[in-house]
Amino acid sequence: MIDCVQCIEYLIVILMIVSAIFAVEWRDLLAAVVGMAAVSLFASIAFFLLQAPDVAMVEAAIGAAMSAAVFIFAIKRTERYESEEEGTGWWVRW
Amino acid sequence: MVKRVLAIILILITGYWLANALAQVPFGADKMLVGKYYLENVKEQTGAVNAVTAVVVNYRGLDTLGEVTVLFIAATGVAALLWRKKRERTAKSEGSVVLQTGSKLLLPFIMLFGAYIFIHGHLTPGGGFPGGATIATAFLMLYLAFREYEIPHNVFEPLEGLAGMGYVAVGLIGLIIGGYFLFDWIWQTWQLGHANIGRLFSAGFIPIIYTLIGLKVGTELTGIVDNMVKEPKEGGQ
Repeated sequence: MIDCVQCIEYLIVILMIVSAIFAVEWRDLLAAVVGMAAVSLFASIAFFLLQAPDVAMVEAAIGAAMSAAVFIFAIKRTERYESEEEGTGWWVRW
Repeated sequence: MVKRVLAIILILITGYWLANALAQVPFGADKMLVGKYYLENVKEQTGAVNAVTAVVVNYRGLDTLGEVTVLFIAATGVAALLWRKKRERTAKSEGSVVLQTGSKLLLPFIMLFGAYIFIHGHLTPGGGFPGGATIATAFLMLYLAFREYEIPHNVFEPLEGLAGMGYVAVGLIGLIIGGYFLFDWIWQTWQLGHANIGRLFSAGFIPIIYTLIGLKVGTELTGIVDNMVKEPKEGGQ
């Protein structure tokens, strides 16, 4: 039988990486904020599985809720879409 | 391009140092003598069942005071940056029916859970910072759902100041009784709660300080949200 707690941990790490890439790549900044909040949410689940419930709580409250709210307020006062001028791919942008 | 190369070289050197330093520690060896000391003595010395809370509030209480101060300075900075004489809510539409009904239903439970997190900080995971943040998310939800809503400022701002002063006052009482700042006078001098370790009334001043921190963090983060939501009035700066 496969140790399934470990499968879940791997799955969460993969989801974190995928949402982090989306958060960087999406041009719609509102969607990018949701991606960033998803990274925090999955990190919070990962902390919980690694037996750090204290940190998990703070990560869920601050990382997923409050910081996303702060970013959304910033977007509300500025622009929603990233400018299309720097259209180069990720291999040049580094 | 030169900058990039320099940055990569710097990262490689730092990584080499870190790898060298970590290679000195045998893999899996228990080098955390302080951590072991805390785990062995936490119940007799502080009365808290949750060792994390005991370290944060009791052993490293001064650092936590610094942390609270940092948060206070951040909130003050946000307020100073966004300061205008006349500011008001400028949302154009109410939240949807789902958001309004849901926030009305969930508000008491979120507040209760936040209060539970910081009051039971010495027994269960959590403490003042997550509890306060949870309470602040409840107020954030109210701001998102209702167009006209505003927190009662004449309650929140004095409460924030009083909670911060209360923390320092508890520490100063410890200085008078025990000889150093943030001495746990309730547990060590008065010996209160020694009979019921693992219940609510134990762990000396940890529940008191965490309640104060929870109130302070909750009101402060709500204040930050309030500052960010409101915009200057049309015409008047």
